Amino acid sequence: MEAKNDMITIYVMGKKYEVPADLTIMKAMEYAGHQFRRGAGCRGGFCGACATLYRKKGSYKLEGALACQKIVEDGMYIAQIPFNPAEKMTYDIDEIKPDVNTILEYYPEISRCLACNTCTKACPQDIMVMDYVQSALRGDITKTAELSFDCISCGLCAVRCPAEIVPYNIGQLARRLYAKYIDGPSRHVLDRVEEVEKGVYDEEIENLMKASKEELTKLYNSREIDIS
Amino acid sequence: MTRYTYYPGCTLKTTARNFELSTIASVEKMGIELVEPDRWNCCGTVHALATDDVMHQLAPIRNMIRVEELLQSGKVDNKQMVTLCAMCYNTLKRANQVFNSDSDRKKKIHDIMYREEIKYSGNVEILHLLEILKEYGWDNIKKYVKKPLQGLKVAPYYGCLLLRPRGIGIDNTDNPSILEDLIKALGAEAVDFSHKQKCCGSYHTVQMKEVVADLSYNILKQAEDAGANMVVTACPLCEYNLGPRQVQIKKQYPNFSSIPVVYFSQLMALAFGLDEKATVFEDNKPDPVPILIELGLIEE
Repeated sequence: MEAKNDMITIYVMGKKYEVPADLTIMKAMEYAGHQFRRGAGCRGGFCGACATLYRKKGSYKLEGALACQKIVEDGMYIAQIPFNPAEKMTYDIDEIKPDVNTILEYYPEISRCLACNTCTKACPQDIMVMDYVQSALRGDITKTAELSFDCISCGLCAVRCPAEIVPYNIGQLARRLYAKYIDGPSRHVLDRVEEVEKGVYDEEIENLMKASKEELTKLYNSREIDIS
Repeated sequence: MTRYTYYPGCTLKTTARNFELSTIASVEKMGIELVEPDRWNCCGTVHALATDDVMHQLAPIRNMIRVEELLQSGKVDNKQMVTLCAMCYNTLKRANQVFNSDSDRKKKIHDIMYREEIKYSGNVEILHLLEILKEYGWDNIKKYVKKPLQGLKVAPYYGCLLLRPRGIGIDNTDNPSILEDLIKALGAEAVDFSHKQKCCGSYHTVQMKEVVADLSYNILKQAEDAGANMVVTACPLCEYNLGPRQVQIKKQYPNFSSIPVVYFSQLMALAFGLDEKATVFEDNKPDPVPILIELGLIEE
């Protein structure tokens, strides 16, 4: 693919920079001289550390994205939101119940939801955030866990919510409740732990520990890869 | 089998599951299928933040988009949406009226909802299940009654939201009869009483339970004095204020004994001969089962 050499103008925290047109927001900011101490993590769209708000040229809409995923556009105004201030409640998963009252006890502001859908519009993961907030509000823990599954807690939904709800904390609580009380223990993990404790893999591990670098390299390169 | 989009509302999924389960099971007997949309949200009754009118309408109107989605995909037969909760019914129907009354407001709502694939037309019709029952015909409903509710003297409690404001209400605001007609069709006696349209105190129950207990006491006392041995309602908030709130009523009025309060659909399920999975009386407080056993309507 032929690289684009076009330079475009972007505004980082209001300051004007000329940057190559084919960079992500994160790379464009680094090109412009910014160094990330916060607001950068995996650089692969999985960790949620680089939440960024922007407005495109000529648009009134405030939009959100992960800086490591979004390509810059000419005239774009950019500000990173590396952290959303919100109290994360602590609870003992063994002491709480998978129902609507648990949600309301820890995050009572959820009842302020207007169903305006601003959170969904802000989500860089295309999660139906408003729908999972609504399902949490009616005690449907399973649906909340399923709908919020791809959440990476970047915080953009919470930044944009006019009711000041912190959806990602609610989604996390619901997923924990779902895992603990609804989905039940993961049988294959328990089986494997039991096998490990019985010493089924002891010999194999011993052999690996004793192997030379050459032997390990050979084993690694000839390993079976299951891509099913 | 006629299929309607059915809008449950939050309460039907939490504290009023007896209302929902009994209704679904009962109308199934009548050949009516209630189809719940995969996506739905709060009817919009709680607007803790909003001061502008447009924001008030977003939640209810979004639910009407869900109806048009279901209609488009062929999963329902018409553009009507059925509700059980009187609060949801009232909120949704009023929002629809507001939406259709002003093209400027309509455009604003469309602009805010730019992510929705369907632009709401304004054509969805909001119905309360009681309206469907009336259209179905009381004589037709009688055909499904296997166990006429003889001896049951039922006070029909309408409260506010089924009847007011005029133009939204499902029946004559001053002289309603829809609940009475249903009660009679089920073989019970409908007891006329003075307080059937009085307010139960609504959300004051959160902060001022004494006020609600006063109001509810007056309603229940009038029903009892008129000879009722049971009260029916179509609203989960009324059910709460008249039912579980009797604990508070007894504190304020020690001479008050108790009277069971049930959803109209639970009486349908009972009369249709359905089992306890459909009647779900275990969720009602005070317990309606003893009086039903006494009258021979439930076996011990």
